[in-house]
Amino acid sequence: MDLKFRGAFQDFGSSFFDWLSTHHPDALPSGHLRTDSGGNDKSQSLAVPHGTTVLALKYRDGVIIAGDRMATEGYQVSARRIDKVYKVDEHSAIAIAGAAGPCIELARLLQTELEHYEKLEGSALSTDGKANKLSQMVKGNLPMAFQGLVVIPIFVGFDLKRNEGRIFKYDITGGRYEETDYFSTGSGGKDARTTMKKLYQTDMAEAEAVRTALEALYDAAEEDIGTGGPDLIRGIFPTAKTVTSRGVIDIEESRIRQTVEQLINTRRRGS
Amino acid sequence: MALPYYVSPEQMMQDKAEYAKKGIAKGRSIVAMEYQDGILIVADNPSMSLNKISEIYDNIAFLGAGRYSEFENLRKAGIRHADLKGYLYSREDVTAKSLANAYSQALGTTFSQEVKPLEIEIAVVAVGETAQSGEIYRISFDGSITDERGFTIIGGRAEAITLFLRDRYKAGLPLAKALKLCKEALENSSGQTLVIPNLEVAVLDRNRQGRKFRRLTTDEVTSLVNQR
Repeated sequence: MDLKFRGAFQDFGSSFFDWLSTHHPDALPSGHLRTDSGGNDKSQSLAVPHGTTVLALKYRDGVIIAGDRMATEGYQVSARRIDKVYKVDEHSAIAIAGAAGPCIELARLLQTELEHYEKLEGSALSTDGKANKLSQMVKGNLPMAFQGLVVIPIFVGFDLKRNEGRIFKYDITGGRYEETDYFSTGSGGKDARTTMKKLYQTDMAEAEAVRTALEALYDAAEEDIGTGGPDLIRGIFPTAKTVTSRGVIDIEESRIRQTVEQLINTRRRGS
Repeated sequence: MALPYYVSPEQMMQDKAEYAKKGIAKGRSIVAMEYQDGILIVADNPSMSLNKISEIYDNIAFLGAGRYSEFENLRKAGIRHADLKGYLYSREDVTAKSLANAYSQALGTTFSQEVKPLEIEIAVVAVGETAQSGEIYRISFDGSITDERGFTIIGGRAEAITLFLRDRYKAGLPLAKALKLCKEALENSSGQTLVIPNLEVAVLDRNRQGRKFRRLTTDEVTSLVNQR
């Protein structure tokens, strides 16, 4: 390329994350981390709150994304009503399992990233574009993952071009994999997946899908000590959102409470 | 070796200002006006994709007149400024005042230090929570900043349009009336009728949730202008 133009395209494009990485690296979730000291020493892994089980499942209109409310520090409960499911933009949402601090920061960073891109470019990123950008952000967290601060997101979006909901899962290296039907991760992820495996059908109605998601979280809470079940005394229930062509909509707490109570009644012994 | 010519600072500033003003005078104009539900922005812009109006943050918008490549850079810098502040602190801490100040500093520094001044005029507008609580800042090529009430005009024929609007503007106009007034003002100054596809129209509507900025489509503008 002509020398004259060498600098012209070395701008930071339209990514807030890339710009932040160069100009304010201390403001990234992996900010003040020293990667040179004791990275592999598991015994030193920090005692910080960890979020546990989150899941996503497809249904007729799009995707449901949900999570329990508990955060644990080792064998202790550190918070009972944290929220692990976040709306990212008009047509996508994220749910995160792992170290709660960096998880919440990553969700905020992704929200800013997508809005930033949309404002600079005048149009929103494609669903694949969003999923790939998140992959780079998770990869940026890898040094922290080695110190025990793992961040594992599930990203869901309604793809307006394909007119369908989509689910993406990630590993700690930023590996990005698309799921066809449902997925769950976190300490109770495997248990939730087992339930969904048994109950999942293609093109479920919304009510049925909500019930399946809540039943999966309920089973995860029964089998996994880190996952919080419905807390009837304090009135704490899982949170869930639907991601469809109409946008990202919170499922009201009253509706979740009602579904959970029905679920408990059918399981009650001798009823 | 030949000695460089001496040019007095006054002369240099005057020359630069003249150069910048000439550049801006060639461009078309943009009007921002407070209406019933927020702030209406109307630009005379034949391009559908090279925008002169842009969203900056929840309740803040940017208007740029003059040389596109120059104000486009400032627009991007403004979005970065706002997004960084919102990310590091909180969404409500992003204010039009701080952004307008940052622009004023940047333009002022460029004007005094660079050989070629920027041939642009920009405005930062923010919708408030109640009627008449909006903020409108106009920033000139030399960094001078003015805080305006009710409406502002930037670009080529700003003075003529200001004169036209001074007697006709009323606070709390409904959207259709405000839009018609802006269109008339732009037409009056240029002496020709504007076709609607050549209008770039956006609003900061305080009744919207979250991000208040919205562009109006050609169809919406047509039906608003034809409203009685």
